[in-house]
This record gives sequence, C-alpha cells and structure tokens, in this order.
Amino acid sequence: MIDTGFPVLSALIFFPLLAAIGLFFLRDERTIRLYTLVVGLIEMGLAAPLFRFDLSTAEFQFVEIMPWVPAWNMHYHVGVDGISILMIFLTVLLLPLCVLCSWTYIGKRVKEFHFCLLLMIGACVGIFSALDFVLFYIFWEAMLIPMFLLIAVWGGPNKRYASLKFFIYTLAGSTLFLAAIVAFFVNTGTFSIPELMTHEYSFRFQFWTFLAMALAFAIKVPMFPFHTWLPAAHVEAPTAGSVLLASILLKMGTYGFLRFCLPLTPAASEYFAPLMITISIVSILYGGAIALGQRDMKKLIAYSSVAHMGFVTLGIFVFTMRGVEGAIMQMINHGITTGALFMLVGAIYERSHSREIADNMGLGKYLPAYMFFFGLFAIASFGFPGTNGFVSEALVLIGVFEASYLLGALAIPGVMLAAAYMLRLGLKLAWGQPSQAATWKDLNIREWVYLAPLAVLVLYLGLMPTLALKTINPSVVHLLNQYESRKTLHLESSLQPEPPVQSIQLSATRGTDQ
Amino acid sequence: MIFQIELFIPELYLLALIGGLFVLTVGPQSWWRFLRYLPLAAGVGIGVAALSFQFSGLMLYGAYQVDGLSQFFKLAIFLGLAVTCLNALNQPTLSEEKRPDYFLFLCLSALGLMLLSSAVELVTIFLALELASYSLYALIPLRSKEPAAAEAGIKYILFGAVVTALAMYGLSYILGVHHTTYLSELMTKTWSWSEAPAALIGLTLFLGALFYKLALFPLHFWCPDVYEGASNETAAFVATLPKLGAVVVLVRLSTLLDPSMEVTMLLAVLAAVSMTFGNLSALVQNDLKRLLGYSSVSHAGYVMLGIVAGTAAGLAAAAFYAVVYLLMNLACFWVICRLSTDGRNLKLDDLNGLYQRSPGLALVLAVSAFALVGLPPTAGFMGKLFLLNSAWMEGYHWLVIIAVLNSAIAIYYYLNLVRHAYTREAPVTASGEVQAVPNPGLLWGGLLAAAVLWLGVAPATLFSFAQLAGAAAGGVLP
Repeated sequence: MIDTGFPVLSALIFFPLLAAIGLFFLRDERTIRLYTLVVGLIEMGLAAPLFRFDLSTAEFQFVEIMPWVPAWNMHYHVGVDGISILMIFLTVLLLPLCVLCSWTYIGKRVKEFHFCLLLMIGACVGIFSALDFVLFYIFWEAMLIPMFLLIAVWGGPNKRYASLKFFIYTLAGSTLFLAAIVAFFVNTGTFSIPELMTHEYSFRFQFWTFLAMALAFAIKVPMFPFHTWLPAAHVEAPTAGSVLLASILLKMGTYGFLRFCLPLTPAASEYFAPLMITISIVSILYGGAIALGQRDMKKLIAYSSVAHMGFVTLGIFVFTMRGVEGAIMQMINHGITTGALFMLVGAIYERSHSREIADNMGLGKYLPAYMFFFGLFAIASFGFPGTNGFVSEALVLIGVFEASYLLGALAIPGVMLAAAYMLRLGLKLAWGQPSQAATWKDLNIREWVYLAPLAVLVLYLGLMPTLALKTINPSVVHLLNQYESRKTLHLESSLQPEPPVQSIQLSATRGTDQ
Repeated sequence: MIFQIELFIPELYLLALIGGLFVLTVGPQSWWRFLRYLPLAAGVGIGVAALSFQFSGLMLYGAYQVDGLSQFFKLAIFLGLAVTCLNALNQPTLSEEKRPDYFLFLCLSALGLMLLSSAVELVTIFLALELASYSLYALIPLRSKEPAAAEAGIKYILFGAVVTALAMYGLSYILGVHHTTYLSELMTKTWSWSEAPAALIGLTLFLGALFYKLALFPLHFWCPDVYEGASNETAAFVATLPKLGAVVVLVRLSTLLDPSMEVTMLLAVLAAVSMTFGNLSALVQNDLKRLLGYSSVSHAGYVMLGIVAGTAAGLAAAAFYAVVYLLMNLACFWVICRLSTDGRNLKLDDLNGLYQRSPGLALVLAVSAFALVGLPPTAGFMGKLFLLNSAWMEGYHWLVIIAVLNSAIAIYYYLNLVRHAYTREAPVTASGEVQAVPNPGLLWGGLLAAAVLWLGVAPATLFSFAQLAGAAAGGVLP
C-alpha cells in the first residue's frame, strides 16, 4: 500500500461534486462551459498521483478508511486495485471530452447539463473505488439520477419513454441487490468488501445472493434478455449521455461481476457459469445480428455494444487468466472506441440533423478527417490487428479456447459479425450515394481535440498493451487464485447443511431482553 | 415520584404557547399579528426539547415516563410543529377570524402527541391519543367554501370514533385478563393465543387505533380522502405528526411482542400488504395529495419492519425512519403549499414545467421524491437500509424482499413527480411568458431538502440519538 498522505480518490470523487455547486454562481453559457472544462482538466491533474500505482501487488492501494455509521459498522472506505484503476482513468479522461463534444450540441439549460455531467463523473469514480458495500450501492444508485435527467431533459423526441424505461429497468434490477447486501451484512457483520471476501458462505446463501447480484449487473451490462433499455436510451440520449452510458455505465455491470460475484460467491459463480456463458454467447450473436440490420447509426452502435459486452462477460465466466485479462482490457477498449464512435455520430448529427445512415452517406470525399477517425474507431471496434480492440478480443478468445474449443467456435461468428456490420457502416458513410455532404465542413479544431486523445489511446493500447496488462495482471492472478481455492473448498463445505443465517438469529440480542 | 417539574419542561413550554394562543383567540384582532411569531416560538421548542434530553424518570404514579425515546420524539414533534406552523401562516383557504383558533388546535394536537410519547400506561396512552385526535377533528373541515373538507372531516370523525371505541373495548379485555394497564407489568404477561386468547384479541383491537393513526392497511382508507378534502396545509400536518405519535406508541408496545407470537406475524403480514397496496394504489393517482396519501400507507408498512423486528436496533431504525419520513414529507408538502397559491388541490399536471417556474422548488421536490422512493444519497435510503438490516436480522427475509421489490413499484409514481417538474413545459400566459411561482419560500424548503440530503450522507449523529431512544424503549422502568 502506498501512503501518499493525499486522499487522491476522495479528491477525485468530491472535487467534481464541489465544482458542481460552483456552477450555480455562473451565468454566461460560455463561462459555464469553460469552467467545466477547466474542472475536467484539474480533475485529470488530480488523478496524476494514481500513476504511482504499485504494479507488483494485488492489494488495494490508495486506501482511505474512516468510520461513517458506527452503529451499523459502515465505513467510508475507498481504494483501487488493478481491476478498477484503469476504469477510473477512463472516467476522468472522459469529463473534458464530454464537455467539448457538447459545446455546440447542447443549447438549452447549459448550466444544469454541466451540473449533471459533474455529478455523474463524481459518482462513477465513486463506484469504481468504493470498498464498502453501502458506499458502493449509494454511488451505484445515485448515478441514475443525473443520467436520467441527461436523457429526459436533453434527449431526442422519444426521451420520456427512453428515460423512464432506463430508470425503472435499472432501479428494479438493483432492488434485490440491496437485499443481498443486507444479507451479507447480517451474515458477517460487516459491509467492508475486502473483509467480506475472506468469509465463507454456504452454497445455498451463495446461490441466492449470486442471483440477486447477477440480475442487477446483467441489466446494467446489459446481457441478452435484459438489453432492451439500452438501444432506447442510447438513441434518445444526447451525445455526452451516450458516451457516458457506453463508456462507463455498461462497465459497472461487468465490474460488479468481477468485484462481487467471483470473490464473494465463487461456488455459485462456478455453478451458474454455464448459464452466464450461454447468455454471453447469445448476446454476442444476437447483438451482432441485430446491429447488421440497423438504419440508425446510434442504434447500430448500441446493439454492437450488447455484442461487445458479451465478450466481456464471456471472458469473465470462463475463469481463465487470459479470459479475465481480456475482459478487463475489453472494458477499457470498448469504452474508448464506442465512446469515440458516439462522439462521431454526435458530430455528424450536428451537420445533417439526422442519425440515419442514408442521410449521412458519401463523407469520404468531403470530410476526410472525419472519415479517418471514423475508420480508425470502426476497425478498432471489430478488433483489427494493431488497434486496441484486437488485443482484448484476441485475449478473450484465447481464454475461451483454453477453456473449451466448442465455446471458442461459437464465439468466432460474433467476431465476423462485428466486422460485417462495422464495415457496412463505414462503407456507406465513406462512399455511399447519394451524398448530401458537399456543403458540410470537415472537423474543426474542437472536434480534433476531443477525438485525438482517444485515437492515440486506440493505437497505444493496440501496439503497446504491456503497461495496461502489467497493471491488471497481479489483481487478476489474485482474483483467480482466490477463486480456484475457494470454489473447491466451498463445494466441500457446503455439504454440511448449516445456513449461517440461523446462527445470527440466535446471537442477536432482542431489545426486550435488556 | 408524583411530579417533577424538570421532566415536564417541553410539555410546559408548549402548554404556555397554547395558553398564549387561547388569549389571542379571545383577545382583540390587533393582537393577531403576534401569530407570525408562532413558528419561531415552536422553533425555540426544539431547543427546549433538546435541553431536556439529559433528564429521565418516571412520574404520575408510573404512568408517565421521560426517557431517550420520549425526548427524541418530543424534539421531532417540535420540529414538525415549527415547520407546519410556518407552512400554514398564510393559508389561503382559512378565513381571517379563524386563524388563532386554527393554530390553537394545531398546538393542542401536538401537545397530545407529546404526551403520547411519554405515556407508558394504556389509559394514559388512550387519553393522549384522544387529545391529539379531537384537535384534528376540528382542524380538518377548516377550509373555506369547500364541501369536500366537511366530508373529509366527517369521515375522519366517524371512522375515528369507531376505531377508538374498538380500542377501548380491547383495552377492557386486556385489563380483564391481565388486571393491569401498565406496560412494564404487561411485559411480563403471556400474549399467546393458546394461553390468553382474550388478551390477544384486546391487544389487536388496541393496536387498531394506532394503525388508524398510522394509516396502516386495513385501516388506511380515510387517508387519501382526508388528505384530499383537507386544505394543503392541514394535510401537511395530518400526514406527518400523528404518524410520529403512532410510531412512538408502537415502539413502546413492541416490548410486548415477540417474533414467535401470532400477533407479530400478523403485523408483519399487514406491513407487507400495506406497502404493496399503498404503492399499487398510488400508481394510478392523479391528485397530488391522494398520491401522497397512498404513499404514506406504504411508508406505514416500511416503518412496521422495525417494529416487528422488535430489537433495540429495529426500534432505533423505526424511530430514525419516522423522523426522516417527517422531513421528506414536509419538504414535499412545502412545495405543494407554495405552488397552490389559491389553496386548491393540485393535479400532477400542475407540476408541469415547475423547473421553469421555480428551479429551487423543483429541486426541493426532486430531493423529497427521491427520498420517498428510498434512493441514495438521501435520508430515505439510509432509513430504509437500517430497517431492512434489522428485519433481516430477525429472520424476516420474505418481508425484506417484498420491501425492496416495492421500491421498484414506487419509483414510477415518485419519478412521475420529477418528470412533470423537469421534462414538461410550463403553461404560458397570453403574453407568452412563464408564470413564476410567487413566494416560493426557498429558504425553508431548501433547508428541509438539505436536511434530507444531510441525513442521507451523515446519518450517524441522528441515528445515535435514535439508538438511545430504541434502547430506552427496550427496557421500561419497573
């Protein structure tokens, strides 16, 4: 553990929240945008101490802990390990980019928009760094409110339906997750996630808590039967909303699987793995097939997200080293490429005022820079060698083939589908006829500025993934070792039928006894 | 000890206030301007109650107990009284000459609730409950030119009278079987169906009076009608403070209960039915006060989670939740009262574009709505979490699961409030302008919302007081 003395994670969580209050004192729209941009840059600066992350250990680092509600043993407890740190970097990076990509896109209620944006970023950093179950749940749910408003206020024509569906779907999914948290607490007497990881749970307990948690995470990912909120939300959300949705929100689900399901309920994870793998493969194939038939660019990318996230869950639930590493890399890479693709869709929407592919054809001749970026992110999205998508998809596939040839063979068509729908989209955008783009201007400096960092990351992670892999490796090794040792232990110990819930009942003191 | 004046300070303070109000009612009209200092005086009461936290003792021949629980609730009652008085100061549907009387009854009802929080003997409880109720009977119809208010008043009186009579009847059973009405002695008696069926029937009937106050299913039916009929400001009082009184007595009575008893199981089932029924009914409401009425039916169910758990932790959670409920409901009603400048009932559509008409009020409404759902980072979430924890500890797994699933139902109609306020456009006047809300009272509304948020982020302090209250309820002094 590195003790820098400076509360890096708390600063990252609370600085945007405090800065959001500062927005109330600003009036001019341009000042508000500049202010939020500066806040984003400062936030990136605040993240700099995280580069002192120790690559050799799987321990949680930058840990801060202080009592919160002593009566229920709740703590304010944050920290990062290899699984979460990259997501925090991604979250922090996206804030200034989102401000830039909304510079002209958002024309009304500018102050409130940036307010929501800042709240979102604070809550998202909180989710990826919380090490207390209640703290995690608070960020997990609190994040819904600004996201709901982003869709409901600044969304497209069908925003009411989309925002309501998004909110109810995700909230309903996580209600049982709350019951699971309560059950974990009553069972062990603690909300601390690292401490919960060291406890033993009976199989029956794991069975139900896994189901409750997996439902919440599967809706967030989203996995196949629970994915219907995603296209609606993506299509209606403003660009920045789509970017945050695709790059960060979806990752919370898979992060939840890695952080909670595997370490806390290993035996149940093992038990349900065939189900999760099946759903993942269905998501990959179904998402890809549906994406192939879309006319709306945002819908196409939204369904491609379903397929790409299927690779993440597939990688997680084959429980191989490369599978899990690939899954984490895929989380990052999908965040970068899909976020960038949504920004590009937003950029072209400002020119054509339509998201239909048919209205945005033939850009290659008139907007070469735009097509360059689009082509780069599109090929990264389907995993072209040399881009970041290739690294993660290859790792996941290697992991899957290590586990089973059959599963690997089933996943391969998903990769081909990805190439098919992305190339179809790129082809039409670049050379489709008739083109209306003759009068449109190519990317301006502001658009260059927010696309270039992501393009650099695509190539950097594609050509030199070593540093990222080194960062996640110790944590993944630790995670899988723990998992391997405890899943077997559990299957044996669960033969003795002793539900721990009963012992708590006996030990709990009743008020009447005093 | 028969009487100790220092134990009685908060009640005496309120009595003095009531005396002052009585003088105003009979005095010349020029004195009525003093009424505007009433919220301030009630606010001072919060301080008085806080100072009295250090005292504890038993008086009036063991019928009146001052302890952590009672002082905690007295503080909450003063808080609620201050806010409701402030809220009702410029009530549009109250004729000028009734103004002092209105506040007199308001304070009398609060006094009844205050006595209730210290009563540890069934007859005392009954009398205090009646003092609180009779004042309300007079308050509800006080809404000028509104026949519905008279209907609501009659409904409340008639049903209230029936329930009271049943409670009295139940009390006679308890007295007949166990030969005492002191809770500390009743604690040691048996309450099982097989050994003392008559006592159990009596207890159930007596609890009925409290369920009526709390609006717990199946004695909830008056709630939406009365809220709808009464003026907005009166509804704000009826919706919040009497619930505190009911919760405090239930907390005291829960020392009689045990998870193994039939009546506890009955309470658990009623809690589950109440929250589900309340939420489902609220889904289709169009009138804001009816919606909040059904919402309070479901919240009565949530509070019961802590009562049926019966542990010190559970009772503390119930006490905590009662205060949180008070704050979030008052915040919600604050918005309604400010918005309804002519005192009419508001429909959901009246919230349209509230964001444009008064951004501050819209924010207060959003905070209170999300708190009522139980969404973090508001106090509603923390209160619910504590209740769930305590209920799960006692093995009520099914009840906890029903409770969390209910949030998924409830989110729709609470979110609807926010959607109307934020995503719909405000109606425009003929000149094409949006009419701003006059006198939004943002300072107090904002303070309520801030309190709801603050208790969600840092609940530890209030909860430690609630724990004192819960621990006090655990052991009734001999």
